[in-house]
Amino acid sequence: MEQQKYAHLEKELSPKTPLLKNTVRAFLTGGLICLIGQFIALFYITYFDFTERTASNPTVATMIFISMLLTGFGLYKKISQFGGAGAAVPITGFGNAVVSSAIEHKSEGYVLGVGGNMFKLAGSVILFGVFSAFLVALIKTILVKLGVVSW
Amino acid sequence: MVKNGTMTFSTKPSIHSAGVAAGPLEDKKSIFAKQFDKVYEDERCDLPTNEDGHRQLMYDAVMIALSKAKKDVQKIDFFLTGDLVNQMTPSNFTAHSLGIPYIGLFSACATSVSSMITGALFTDAQQANWIVAGSSSQHNAVERQFRYPLEYGSQKGATAQWTVTAAGAVLIGKNKPGMPSIECATVGKVVDMGMTDPLNMGSAMAPAAMATLSSHLIGHSKTIDDYDTIITGDLGSNGFKIFKALVNEAGLPHTKNFRDAGEEFYGKDPSFMAGASGAGCSAAVFFSDVYEKLCTGEYQRVLMIATGALLSPLSYQQGDTIPCIAHAIEITAGEVAV
Repeated sequence: MEQQKYAHLEKELSPKTPLLKNTVRAFLTGGLICLIGQFIALFYITYFDFTERTASNPTVATMIFISMLLTGFGLYKKISQFGGAGAAVPITGFGNAVVSSAIEHKSEGYVLGVGGNMFKLAGSVILFGVFSAFLVALIKTILVKLGVVSW
Repeated sequence: MVKNGTMTFSTKPSIHSAGVAAGPLEDKKSIFAKQFDKVYEDERCDLPTNEDGHRQLMYDAVMIALSKAKKDVQKIDFFLTGDLVNQMTPSNFTAHSLGIPYIGLFSACATSVSSMITGALFTDAQQANWIVAGSSSQHNAVERQFRYPLEYGSQKGATAQWTVTAAGAVLIGKNKPGMPSIECATVGKVVDMGMTDPLNMGSAMAPAAMATLSSHLIGHSKTIDDYDTIITGDLGSNGFKIFKALVNEAGLPHTKNFRDAGEEFYGKDPSFMAGASGAGCSAAVFFSDVYEKLCTGEYQRVLMIATGALLSPLSYQQGDTIPCIAHAIEITAGEVAV
């Protein structure tokens, strides 16, 4: 059988990805994570000396901490299996990528194992995250200089 | 005449005993759990690393097979085994612990059968009296190598399979009437149908199983009805469905006596998606359930086709397709003395 004919047969018989179901689940999971984040931000603004702008740092740190705990107790992968991108895209997904790699490579020691592999998955998130932030900042700086927008 | 991978063993080597050791999840979730000889409550077999646990499982499977046949380790001529970890270190360490002359074999998840074929050849060629063959896999050790860290949240689709934590070993020796005996075999060709998704290995492997089945049937002048069962290794529910469709398309009569170890392994539990996989999957089922049924006479003649996906994380990240292989071995209940 030729490859093309087989690809056709395979596509016909294999289960289809339930796109709508996955999208709804991702929306609910991602939305819930962000809602929790919003409550935490409000908590910092209400009970501590934070403004809407400065509250984001402790909020992110808290969310990552929660995600670390969930990863360590083996719960985050279950949330991800249900929520897909909804669990991967928020900052908690980033935390999960870092912590899961760290746990995984503990058997090879702290330097070559944990240290060397912690950012194996999250490394590209950092790289492309920083790079896109740089690009966006560059564009905005130019627009501000041209007087199109203001900071 | 081109043999096309087929071979016949004139002395019909017998499988004198079999041993299977498995992990905790397999104990709880596998429908074959009661037939496993030993199960651990800890995934690492109470050892420091997953790889250590992997090694322990293989060692246990061998020792169980030997104790059932009341054979001493010193009496074994060769140890033929393989696994999925880089450079097959669990098998290498097991071979060291056992102290038996050893050849490591890599056919991915088809190693259970490729090791039996090699063992039968050694016996048939009068080069060995006793051989231990087998294969193993450990979920955590294999997942970390081929996919993501265990705790990483990546959503698995319906075609993904779960690598089992299990090891199986058989003791092959000269023909003994009344024991399951190896009659013939077919070494498969590497088949690559251009599949690229490492989370859909069943559909990558199904054409390899089909190619080997057809070589075996033609080469040994057999039909599907000659077998009580034709059992594939770890195609999973999706791959098994495609395999049966390929069999129908090839004009073969029916597939009612077909089984797949990967599809059956965890029952119908949806949390395992398409079912089980791994080098230990076919070994655990072939050397427990199928071997028992051959011993009791429930099966008179079976064809075991173990399937393997010969990919590496590097090969698929570089965009390569998934080359696959299937090896077949024909075993009879062995009531006929040679």
